[in-house]
Amino acid sequence: MNVRMLLLALLLMASPALAQGFAGLGGDAQGFAVPERGVALSFPQDHGAHPDYRIEWWYLTANLKGADGKDYGAQWTLFRSALAPEEKSGWQSPQLWMGHAALTTAETHYSAERVARGGVGQAGVTLSPFVGSIDDWTMTSHAPPSADALSALNVNASGDGFSYRLDLAAQGPLVLQGDHGYSVKSAQGQASFYYSQPFYEVHGTITVGGKDIAVTGQAWFDHEWSSQPLAKDQTGWDWFSFHFADGAKLMGFRLRDAGEGFTSATWIAADGAPEPQPPGALTVTPLAWTDVKGHRVPVQWKLALPGKGLEVTTSPVNPEAWMDTRVSYWEGPVRLQGTHPGQGYVEMTGY
Amino acid sequence: MLLDLEDVSKSYPTGEGVLQVLRGVSLSLDAGESLALTGESGSGKSTLLHLAGGLDRPDSGAIRFEGKDIAGLGDVELAAFRRVSVGLVFQQFNLIPSLDVAANLAFQARLGDRYDAAWSEWLTERLGLSKLLDRYPEQLSGGQQQRVAIGRALAGRPQLILADEPTGNLDEATGDAILELMLALMRETGAALLMVTHSNRLASRLGRRLHLAAGKLG
Amino acid sequence: MLTQGFAVLLSHWWRHKLQFAMLLLGLALATALWSAVQAINGEARASYARAAAVVGQDRLEQLTTADGTHIPQESYIALRKAGWLVSPVLEGEKRFGGERLRILGVDPITLPADAAQVDVGAADIGLARFITAPGVFIMSGETAARLKGVDTPPIRISDALPPGTVLTDIGIAQQVLDAPGQLSRLLLAPRQPTEARPLAEVAPGLVRRAPAVESDLSRLTDSFHLNLTAFGLLAFAVGLFIVHSAIGLAFEQRRPVIRTLRALGLPLRTLVLLMVVELLVLSTVAGLIGVALGYGVASLLLPDVAASLRGLYGAEVPGTLSIRPSVWGLGLAIAVAGTLVSAASRLWRIATMPLLAPARPRAWSLASERALRLQAVGGILLLVAAWLVVQFGSGLVAGFSALGAMLLGAALLLPLVLSLLLKLGERLSKGVIAQWFWADTRQQLPGLSLALMALLLALAANAGVGTMVQSFRLTFVGWLDQRLPSELYVSTRSNDESQKVHDWLASRSDAVLPIWNTEVRMFGQPVQVFGIADHATYRDYWPMLEAMPDAWDRIARGEGALANEQLARRQKLALGDMIPLEGGHKLPLVGIFSDYGNPKGQVIIGVRLLETLYPDASRLRYAVRIAHDKAPKLAEELRATFDLPEENVVNQTTIKDFSLKIFERTFAVTAALNVLTLGVAAIAIFASLLTLSGMRLSQLAPAWAMGLTLKRLALLEILRSVALASFTMLAAVPVGLGLAWMLLAVINVEAFGWRLPMHVFPMDWLRLFLLAVASAIIAALLPALWLTRRQPADLVKVFANER
Repeated sequence: MNVRMLLLALLLMASPALAQGFAGLGGDAQGFAVPERGVALSFPQDHGAHPDYRIEWWYLTANLKGADGKDYGAQWTLFRSALAPEEKSGWQSPQLWMGHAALTTAETHYSAERVARGGVGQAGVTLSPFVGSIDDWTMTSHAPPSADALSALNVNASGDGFSYRLDLAAQGPLVLQGDHGYSVKSAQGQASFYYSQPFYEVHGTITVGGKDIAVTGQAWFDHEWSSQPLAKDQTGWDWFSFHFADGAKLMGFRLRDAGEGFTSATWIAADGAPEPQPPGALTVTPLAWTDVKGHRVPVQWKLALPGKGLEVTTSPVNPEAWMDTRVSYWEGPVRLQGTHPGQGYVEMTGY
Repeated sequence: MLLDLEDVSKSYPTGEGVLQVLRGVSLSLDAGESLALTGESGSGKSTLLHLAGGLDRPDSGAIRFEGKDIAGLGDVELAAFRRVSVGLVFQQFNLIPSLDVAANLAFQARLGDRYDAAWSEWLTERLGLSKLLDRYPEQLSGGQQQRVAIGRALAGRPQLILADEPTGNLDEATGDAILELMLALMRETGAALLMVTHSNRLASRLGRRLHLAAGKLG
Repeated sequence: MLTQGFAVLLSHWWRHKLQFAMLLLGLALATALWSAVQAINGEARASYARAAAVVGQDRLEQLTTADGTHIPQESYIALRKAGWLVSPVLEGEKRFGGERLRILGVDPITLPADAAQVDVGAADIGLARFITAPGVFIMSGETAARLKGVDTPPIRISDALPPGTVLTDIGIAQQVLDAPGQLSRLLLAPRQPTEARPLAEVAPGLVRRAPAVESDLSRLTDSFHLNLTAFGLLAFAVGLFIVHSAIGLAFEQRRPVIRTLRALGLPLRTLVLLMVVELLVLSTVAGLIGVALGYGVASLLLPDVAASLRGLYGAEVPGTLSIRPSVWGLGLAIAVAGTLVSAASRLWRIATMPLLAPARPRAWSLASERALRLQAVGGILLLVAAWLVVQFGSGLVAGFSALGAMLLGAALLLPLVLSLLLKLGERLSKGVIAQWFWADTRQQLPGLSLALMALLLALAANAGVGTMVQSFRLTFVGWLDQRLPSELYVSTRSNDESQKVHDWLASRSDAVLPIWNTEVRMFGQPVQVFGIADHATYRDYWPMLEAMPDAWDRIARGEGALANEQLARRQKLALGDMIPLEGGHKLPLVGIFSDYGNPKGQVIIGVRLLETLYPDASRLRYAVRIAHDKAPKLAEELRATFDLPEENVVNQTTIKDFSLKIFERTFAVTAALNVLTLGVAAIAIFASLLTLSGMRLSQLAPAWAMGLTLKRLALLEILRSVALASFTMLAAVPVGLGLAWMLLAVINVEAFGWRLPMHVFPMDWLRLFLLAVASAIIAALLPALWLTRRQPADLVKVFANER
């Protein structure tokens, strides 16, 4: 999920105070650790932070159905970015943290952003128990000691006009992306460590405009860390994570550049077995556009993966799911029609 | 001989060059004598009067007062000469505006330390100024002002009175009265009078007359 | 027609070049002093605004502890964890190589956008460098220049910061200020999320404070700037006297020309319009010159002003001037407006003058006694008004209004007073020349009265301000002796060291008196609370203005409090009133003491009570009593034993010298403005004498013809100027005393909160008198010199129009 690395880079670049931390992003790893093939991921340690890598995130998206029968979406993200490949206590820590949270209803898209320094306890990820947090936003494990820490999570966040408290229970295993978690991103050999937990069943409560609504649904979690940047000519990306009704999942993205762009996808069987698809196998086509806060964004897509007999079209729960954060982007829940009905999340940047 | 001018010349620088005002003028005046100096505008008659009164110095020639050449005197001596020996009466009266009539009348006499209270009182009476003593010049008519000027000129009993168109700013009747008064006073005090006028009528009232044309006596 | 009419009007100035120069000079000088003061004030105010805007204090709500003590960092984290969007700030002072810097530590990550005036992410700073050791000190260029060669973290320049202020990372600030885990306040982001837990629950010790729209600094320094403004206005008024008189003369002299122009067919409306245009052109030129001059004056004065403000209020103002278009635009505008106002009456007279009115150039100088009397009545009314304002008004503006009314009233009264004095001189004099001298001087009075009024204002201001400053100085020196009776004053660096130093000193000195203090907000203003021990030093010396007989006993028992004069005056406190202290504790006021030079309110209680009520109070300072001759040795040993820096152990003399130095610099600006105002007045006289000298000839010529030499006349002219200046000085003494009284008893009380006894310094007046005479001689010298150079031909012209 290299695209999100770029997202983070762009987000942080846009904030003057934060930009300097990424001044070296166009160059090499500059003393930071680099993902290497064949290094086995080890849990629960690798659920935690990797301060010697430049960049890392814990990313959760949830498609929810309210007791009122309406569709909702929730996003919870914790980014970590290191100015130096080390951790120190107190204000001297070179680790920076950023959180994004969003709640999407058919009418309104709520979003919020939090930033923090490492070292002083305002934000970070601990392992026993597993807690990722920034300010009052937390992602806390309540899994039994024998189970994977991520198999049961409480997640909450709040912002201007919204909040949510979700209880997540994993119905399948962790999915290691790429080569046992070593995920190659480009022909130049850039790579990350990357695993997902796409099998969450969700129960919880969302609060919108002071009103509590009980919700249930599905959620998808990613954890990825790396030190290497992306190409400079890429103008943005479109990213898709789909839960199909038959239990299978799809992660796919298109990187846009001056030319044809680059697509990539991973098919995840209902039992959690990942099937990486060759580059270009996935085709994505925008079908309808809309104007959101001065940006023209495709809000209906046709995705086709012939190898799996897949052809679906997306329709957004709320076409105006715009993240009003330092760098703004579109991220929201979608419904799927076609060969594989279901639901999922779409993220679009650079529009 | 009281006053004796010999071959006096005077010129002034002007915008267009040097203006030769007097060209070798000679004249003399005896004590008690009255002499009228006539001439056109610009003939130099006022300049001649100023030179005689020690207000200015000639370029060349001699000006003798009681035989003593005043043309070569310094500022201080010349001022002393004016204080003591000359009385001046001008067309514009030229009283000192900040002083009242009494102070104006006494001014020159006191400057020259020749003030005589009895004489001054007689003079004031004679000039008809007794009731105006605490007035200021601006509160007087032209004829009154000129009478003060005549009184001022005579207060120190100078031997020579120089008058420059003394009636020029007055109407004819007032002017005639003033001149009459002045001539009478000259006779009563024995002072000599040199008067500049452009009026033949007035000039004829004096003992002798000389005509100045283009800086020369005709 | 327009051009020709204009050319005729302007030709006057060509013929009267000096008059023209004086008009320009007067206006330029007036504008210069006015703009200089405005520029200085503007610079200072901008600096306060910068200081107030640093980290958004002027726009953002803040959380602080109620008593201004530090906030533990845990409270910050707890608030963030409870959903509050707050950003930490640590502020403190620290000396670097003798320069005291205000250190502002911020967290650039959480700092609200409103509060971030420096982009620490910019290439020349760099977030990584900024937040990691050794950090970066961001400061103004001027501050950086002061720190040349001093060992500090790497310095970056940003002119968004006021001088003396350093912006650095919160972590670096905690190290530099030796305050690990401590914060001064928390900035609240403008929009807070809906679900934050109540403040009282998360951080019970903290209170919300509204944005500081007006900083304490700008409030404290208001009076200082009002003082400067008043001086600027005075100088401008003095300058306008020159302008008024120069314009008046020019208009009168041009009456014949105006009459001729109208007779030749130039419509009156066009004529007046042309004259207005002429004035606009003149005043714009003069205004531009004045503004440029003002910039120079301001640049010269600013360092002293900056030093005063730093010494008096701790306010940091840069010593260099930046160009503020608003100030200079205003300067230009006021020059133009002042000219038009000065000329309005003349223009009105031209506009209403009958076509064939006689030209009366001399009438200009021959104002009637009646006019003098009328003017004097106006003056008396103003004096009465001033008295009424003093009796019944309150506030600084009322004080300055009364001051202005008094000065203007005295100025209006001056011509009549001088006229009476001259009349007296005339009556008393015997000789004819003396009589003529007085009479003629009196006749000159109307023509010179404006200049003399300007001189009166300048002299009175000098005498008054001089008396005020000297009275202040005398009181201040005596007060310093009372206030600083101890031989040594020691500042320790930590509570631990404080205890050790105390113990060490206890056995080696006669007494170790704690000077422990904290700063709180009381009556809605910052107030210092000091705790002092019960000791004879205080009972014997403390500069008490009024006190209950058992005041010290009650303080020792913790049953009474003292307040300084300014706090007592501001809050109208009387003995027996209750002083609200921490946690609802109240103490009766048992004494009021004088506390000159302190802008803040101060309350003194027993040191034991201070410890109980304010456990966080600073306990670092002591006064040490010891035999005078043993003090230096003890200081030396103390420094050696505890490795204390030189400035942490100071003796009485050093502090007194330092205080006096601050005092001197504070009034250096006042003195400079005083001298400049006097200079303007001297120029006003010079200008008036010059313009009059042309008309003088016809007045002097008769006297010359009657047998006074020109040299004598010239000498009399100088004497005349001296006499007028001397009489004006005589008149200025009572006015100056009135001014001094108002400054001491009205303005100071309003501005600073203390009232000073007035002392009189006749030797200063003598000096001023000599100065006035000297300026009169200098002003009269040139016209007199010209007079002696006159040719008889010039003089005889007066008597005849022909040769």
